[in-house]
Amino acid sequence: MLYRENGQFKISYRADQQIFPIVQDRWVFALLLVVAFIAVPLVAPEYLFRAVLIPFLILSLAAIGLNILVGYCGQISLGTGAFMAVGAYAAYNFTVRIDGMPLLAALLLGGLSATIFGVLFGIPSLRIKGLYLAVATLAAQFFSDWAFQRIKWLTNDSSSGSVSVPNLSVFGLPVESPVQKYLFCLMVVGVLALLAKNLVRGAIGREWMAMRDMDVAAAVIGIRPMYAKLTAFAVSSFMVGVAGALWGFVHLGSWEPAAFSIDRSFQLLFMIIIGGLGSILGSFFGAAFIVILPLVLSQIPQWFGIPISTATASHLELMIFGALIVFFLIVEPHGLARLWTIGKEKLRLWPFPH
Amino acid sequence: MLFKTLKGIALSTAAVAAVAASMLATPPAFAQAKEQFFPLLVYRTGPYAPNGTPWANGKQDYIKMINARDGGINGVKISYEECETGYATDRGVECYERLKGKGASMIDPQATGITFALTDKAPVDKIPLLTLGYGLAASQDGNAFKWNFPLMGSYWTAMDVLIQYIGKKEGGLDKLKGKKIAFVYHDSPFGKEPIPVLQERAKMHGFEIQMLPVTAPGVEQKATWLQVRQNRPDYVLLWGWGVMNSTALKEAQAVGYPRDKMYGVWWSGAEPDVKDIGEGAKGYNALNLNTSGQSPKVIQDILKYVHDKGQGTGPKEEVGSVLYTRGLIIQMLGIEAVRRAQERFGKGKVMTGEQVRWGFENLALDQKKLDALGFAGVMRPLSTSCADHMGSTSVRIHTWDGSKWNFVSDFMQADEQILKPMVKVSADKYLSDKKLTRRDAADCGS
Amino acid sequence: MGFFLETLFGGLMVGMLYSLIALGFVLIFKASGVFNFAQGAMVLFAALAMARFAEWIPAWTGLANKALVNVLAFIVACAIMIVVAWLIEKLVLGKLVNQEGITLLMATIGVTYFLEGIGQMLFGNDIYKIDIGLPKEPIFLFEKAFQGGVLVNKEDLAAAVIAAALVALLALFFQKTATGRALRAVADDHQAAQSIGIPLARIWVIVWSVAGIVALVAGIIWGSKLGVQFSLTLVALKALPVVILGGLTSIPGAIIGGLIIGVGEKLSEIYLGPFFGGGIEVWFAYVLALVFLLVRPQGLFGEKIIDRV
Repeated sequence: MLYRENGQFKISYRADQQIFPIVQDRWVFALLLVVAFIAVPLVAPEYLFRAVLIPFLILSLAAIGLNILVGYCGQISLGTGAFMAVGAYAAYNFTVRIDGMPLLAALLLGGLSATIFGVLFGIPSLRIKGLYLAVATLAAQFFSDWAFQRIKWLTNDSSSGSVSVPNLSVFGLPVESPVQKYLFCLMVVGVLALLAKNLVRGAIGREWMAMRDMDVAAAVIGIRPMYAKLTAFAVSSFMVGVAGALWGFVHLGSWEPAAFSIDRSFQLLFMIIIGGLGSILGSFFGAAFIVILPLVLSQIPQWFGIPISTATASHLELMIFGALIVFFLIVEPHGLARLWTIGKEKLRLWPFPH
Repeated sequence: MLFKTLKGIALSTAAVAAVAASMLATPPAFAQAKEQFFPLLVYRTGPYAPNGTPWANGKQDYIKMINARDGGINGVKISYEECETGYATDRGVECYERLKGKGASMIDPQATGITFALTDKAPVDKIPLLTLGYGLAASQDGNAFKWNFPLMGSYWTAMDVLIQYIGKKEGGLDKLKGKKIAFVYHDSPFGKEPIPVLQERAKMHGFEIQMLPVTAPGVEQKATWLQVRQNRPDYVLLWGWGVMNSTALKEAQAVGYPRDKMYGVWWSGAEPDVKDIGEGAKGYNALNLNTSGQSPKVIQDILKYVHDKGQGTGPKEEVGSVLYTRGLIIQMLGIEAVRRAQERFGKGKVMTGEQVRWGFENLALDQKKLDALGFAGVMRPLSTSCADHMGSTSVRIHTWDGSKWNFVSDFMQADEQILKPMVKVSADKYLSDKKLTRRDAADCGS
Repeated sequence: MGFFLETLFGGLMVGMLYSLIALGFVLIFKASGVFNFAQGAMVLFAALAMARFAEWIPAWTGLANKALVNVLAFIVACAIMIVVAWLIEKLVLGKLVNQEGITLLMATIGVTYFLEGIGQMLFGNDIYKIDIGLPKEPIFLFEKAFQGGVLVNKEDLAAAVIAAALVALLALFFQKTATGRALRAVADDHQAAQSIGIPLARIWVIVWSVAGIVALVAGIIWGSKLGVQFSLTLVALKALPVVILGGLTSIPGAIIGGLIIGVGEKLSEIYLGPFFGGGIEVWFAYVLALVFLLVRPQGLFGEKIIDRV
């Protein structure tokens, strides 16, 4: 009743191929943009920005990047933390060594450095497949962990190995307060998510999906495996690198290599699995789930008023987290995005049964 | 099965979402205006838990004791909330953000990595950081670091004293020429911080350094100690935390390196590090900022007012251990800073972060005051000032005899002549990197 | 030269210990096609159970004989691991039959978090001691030939012998017994095995139990060396290069892979490490495995991956 496509006829290919062909979808999305850009900055408390919204945005960007690699192209990668680290440290080096480097340029350059790193570590994917590739990408992760601890040049010879960036500003506007940081992240993530969505809808996205589903058959019909896999690694690492730079610059402010450790890689992998492999919207859902869940879990003991020691609370968090992951995988292995799609399908018919 | 149906899934997801939204939409509860709030950043899980837990228990027990015995600080009761950081910087920052809104007036991050991250945020949020015996070495310079208080020592003073002691053992610092000293350190800001002092002393006295970083958390040290065996250094300095310490001693035993030639920093010389090895660690030496044991009056008070009433945070046997006592000292210094602040800004009132910061900067704990607090013999007197946020650098060496720690040296102080210029250079570099300026004279005493 | 031999021996022995953990991975992958990321957590859980029961049994029953207490604790820990295996099969694997590899991998990571949480909640998160009487002091061989002798760590040597014995036992089990044959049949083709009447669920429970007991032995050995605490799970991350180098489906591969990685790690850390500033052994092991994979993408002894179009 509400979601009928009745009467919406397209008279041009362009109209037919848009991201939101149904007008109700476009209205909802516009409303979402209004809420995100206008309502939230006015209403939300500072804690929500710092602890929830900014990490959510940055991690969804990283999840989109990883989803392109794992969900669309089928190359399992456990080294995402390394790509984030490369993005962050490269952006840091550009900022610190070149006076007057604008923030956006630094972020993009960080992303490009991550691209080079990603393509380098993506070359083994031409030969190695499946779970073996997953473990091979751990080489990138541990190498980056070591490199940023050991190679002093990368951290601008900081004696402690910890680096920090002061005073961010874009085109003269400061990016200091939580609201400003949130809006900045929102814009960057919005642009890059749109880019990602269009890439996966295009020819190259179809090449990735062909490689994922049946790489031998894809090669037979003329899709070059090297091109497809390496572009997947390149685009994915770019997004993850920019996300890493945002994470270090905007969210943390000052960081050490441990911020991009293997736990971060697992966290991102969880996000895309729970959110839905092969879905841009799924990356957002997954990121929201993983960001909010620990906060909710840590507050539950207080809620019920039962005094538990922080150690037990931590252990319970781990247990519930693990159990929820397994639960989700059993109930809906295709992730929250699938639930969303099913929901929309049902909504098209509602209130009729068929 | 209920959850297999779409309805079930939708309902449960909606329920969780509603709970999450309602809970997160309400801002953190505003500070109880009647109580002094101390956030306690701790780690009771993870590879550093064995050392972090007694520290955390000490902090909490001291607060409970002050509330029970004295009724708070001049009548102002103390409230606290623990937050688990797992020694991870991002979790530490998240804890800080969540708890600062409750009226936090001082923070002990319990980790060097978290300290680095919070050093940028503390001046903005106006909450002083107490980093007793760890953190940024340069923060000793109070004129540059208004909000950091590395009371009782930093990694630079620790390294300096260790070299002095080794020099004394050799019969004079000049006898160190040509000797080999290996530095086995945790590959993190914590482990890397003392390197400049080690290198400076090596230049001055002519000994050779062998750097042996150990990847965190430090369980893999076989290759490190094979290298130690190959090089046969005269001394090994251990700069580890958590499980790295006991692993180092076990590997030292496995390669047959004499434990009495090993010297650890004050974070590598406590019971969790040696008790499992027992006799195997006999002869191992470490710095210690405080005594241990259950005889000091403050420990007796804690046993009486907290543990005997069943309110103890940890096991009774742990009370009085090295790290537990250090936790007590940290919390005591925080509370004394509040008390000092109350002397100026109003007795019996709740103090803000800025006021407590002034309290930290004007601490004058002489022997009489320490005795009155029950800390006689536990630590040395300390007094801070605008320029000196460290207060005292006195420290001793203790040795493990297979079943307990025994002090083997007198109190030693760091050589300020060497450290002061280094601190100034490092502080200046920090200020210029961050585009900040030194405090002016008028700012002291505010 | 003497030092080189020391490093070599040390590497071989540590490699044997990695193989022990890798064995758990291989067993489970062979039989159920699941890459069990939870192996590290199982090692920790098993070791915690053993260490704590070794403390609690004397406290509860007053037994003082160390050997008897250790044996009893071992039996209790084995029983616990069998229960864990049964629960995992019932609650996780049984519900995820026929899902993709990556889903199963993520499920095992979920199990990892769960085991880590519950293990520490039940047994505590201090450092615990496992004392099965392994000698701690080193011995020095060939003291006449090389100055200072060649250091051989007695504890590592004993551990390597135990690991080798366990591997031999498992190899016999798989080759000679009916259950072993059934396991190999399931590993080869689930559906075919089911069609000739092999009970899949029971086989999976058996495999996970055996992997659990292997984890227990690994946990005891590593726990005796390092003390039982949370970082034990990280040892599993060091065993991953072993698994992929040897091949996910091969037991001899796990052993050979372990020896190669162990030696490679130690030699690289000691001889290459100083040029790089130290600390390279973790990523070197992975890079070594990666290089081998480029030559043989399925690992040294793994099954060739055949893609059908």
